[in-house]
Amino acid sequence: MATHRAADCQKLLRQMIKVENLTKRYAGQTAIQDLNFEVGKGEIMGFLGPNGAGKTTTMRILASFMPPTSGRASVAGFDIFEHSLQARAHLGYMPENNPLYNDMRVTEYLDYRAALKGVPHRRVSERVGDVKELCGLKDVEKKIIAALSKGFRQRVGLADALLHEPDLLILDEPTIGLDPNQIRQVRELIKNLGKQHTILLSTHILPEVEMTCSRVIIIHKGRIEACDTPENLLNQIRTASGVLLEAKTGSDNGAEELKRIPGVKDVSVSRDGEWQVFSLRADAEADVRPEVFHLASDRHWTVRELSQRRATLEDVFVEITHPDEM
Amino acid sequence: MLDGISEVISKVVCKFPRCARDDGKVMRKFFTLLSREIRSYFYSPIAYIVLVFFLVVSGVDFYFQISFMNQRPVSYTVQEAFFNSIFFWFAFVLIFPLITMRLFAEEFKLGTIEPLMTAPVRDWQVVLAKFFGALFFYIVLWIPTTLYFAIFQAITHQSAANSTGAYLGAYLMLLLLGMFYLSVGCFASVLTKNQIIAAIISFCAITLLFFLGLISFILLEVSSNTRQLLGYFSAIEQMGALSRGEIDTRPMVLYLSMTAVMLTLTYQAFQSRKWRM
Repeated sequence: MATHRAADCQKLLRQMIKVENLTKRYAGQTAIQDLNFEVGKGEIMGFLGPNGAGKTTTMRILASFMPPTSGRASVAGFDIFEHSLQARAHLGYMPENNPLYNDMRVTEYLDYRAALKGVPHRRVSERVGDVKELCGLKDVEKKIIAALSKGFRQRVGLADALLHEPDLLILDEPTIGLDPNQIRQVRELIKNLGKQHTILLSTHILPEVEMTCSRVIIIHKGRIEACDTPENLLNQIRTASGVLLEAKTGSDNGAEELKRIPGVKDVSVSRDGEWQVFSLRADAEADVRPEVFHLASDRHWTVRELSQRRATLEDVFVEITHPDEM
Repeated sequence: MLDGISEVISKVVCKFPRCARDDGKVMRKFFTLLSREIRSYFYSPIAYIVLVFFLVVSGVDFYFQISFMNQRPVSYTVQEAFFNSIFFWFAFVLIFPLITMRLFAEEFKLGTIEPLMTAPVRDWQVVLAKFFGALFFYIVLWIPTTLYFAIFQAITHQSAANSTGAYLGAYLMLLLLGMFYLSVGCFASVLTKNQIIAAIISFCAITLLFFLGLISFILLEVSSNTRQLLGYFSAIEQMGALSRGEIDTRPMVLYLSMTAVMLTLTYQAFQSRKWRM
């Protein structure tokens, strides 16, 4: 894993986010403790964790919205404390719940934000046109923001984050409250943005992370519990790929026989009426299904299901954040 | 109709950032913020309610003053009467909480402070933009009152005041006092995310400040020195002098410096939000 990371670092031109020993304490409680991580240029980093784990706090600190209690962080090479203004100028941030001025019209809001973010005057209309195009806001450009649906509001927030062509995007739950179609659209958008921008993205929708992110940080109770590529995380966990077999064996030593198949590490059995349900845990690389089939056919078992189950990021997430309940 | 008015105003206001583009990024951001503040006044129904309320009260006041002066000979002018009546002061104290309560409180409540302060803007730009936005609206509020005097002159063919200086003095006093009370309102609004609480704090503070000058009328046993000192704080006494055209630098220094103090406090309180979170 260490070698993997070193190789990763060589590819990176520059650290877009660098966080060292970052700690934030609120009155009486620690929101995040000693966070250390880096996000390299061009990465899409997924930032996962249960509610209250400290994701929003971390993102707010990186966006210079609140100062840390201790530790350092830099964004695009600028210290968030000493050069907060430059750091903010290189950052496109979309806050959680995406608060917007409800009384403004879409184009008007984006014009205002562009000027605020220092987009040169003669480029404002070009940039606003571009982000409206990119985020699919052309049809609602004249509408008052209060009249927009949640999906469009979210896109306005995203368009706002992109206005000044920032090197880095920090998106705090960009797909919250969207319907599945809108989630798909936003996901596509983020994937496309990832080609030019570095992105730090927090979300609860884990398939989204598996599909879009090049690396993942899982944070739990204010500490980083895992930081790796989604593939490596999937290979590490206990519930690695498994095989499910539902069969009538007519004997009780089916599990023993399955365990003898090379590559099978562990077998557990449960009953569903007169059917036995075997859960096999196997090495990640090995596909044991043909051997299981041959065994069943030799022993004349009646099989109604034989399938492979792949571990998902959800399994990783649950295992890391609720280790006791496994 | 309302949409039309606000559109016209916002079109005028929209030009602001454009004129400022050569003055560097700092001024451009300030004017961008200012134009957004001013527009937001004219987008909200509260602005029009305040405008109407204020015009009704000041119009009724103007009418009463003239009909009162018609009954018997008096030693003051229409303009002095208008700016020194109870009616006038009542409406005056009430408008500040209405203008300033939403400035910061609304941004805190809606969370729009987060996108605002994560944009590359400085805290002082935001504080000053909000203050000058409120001041702009306050000035707009007063513009129609100049019409009263014009109408009076047109109908009666007599001047409503003894001299131009009297007008200048009265409006100068309104501007100075307005700046001070608006900065008090800004400070109240930065303290809370609840607009009602902000309004109550600024109403109490402004009322107390306003009536500080009247203590000498209530407490009879104060020494003449104390009475004189309190007199310096008395908006009513200062208005009396200025609306006669006696332009004095003392209230100017007092109110400008008090405004600076209140805006500094507002700035500090605004910055402290980071450490309170």
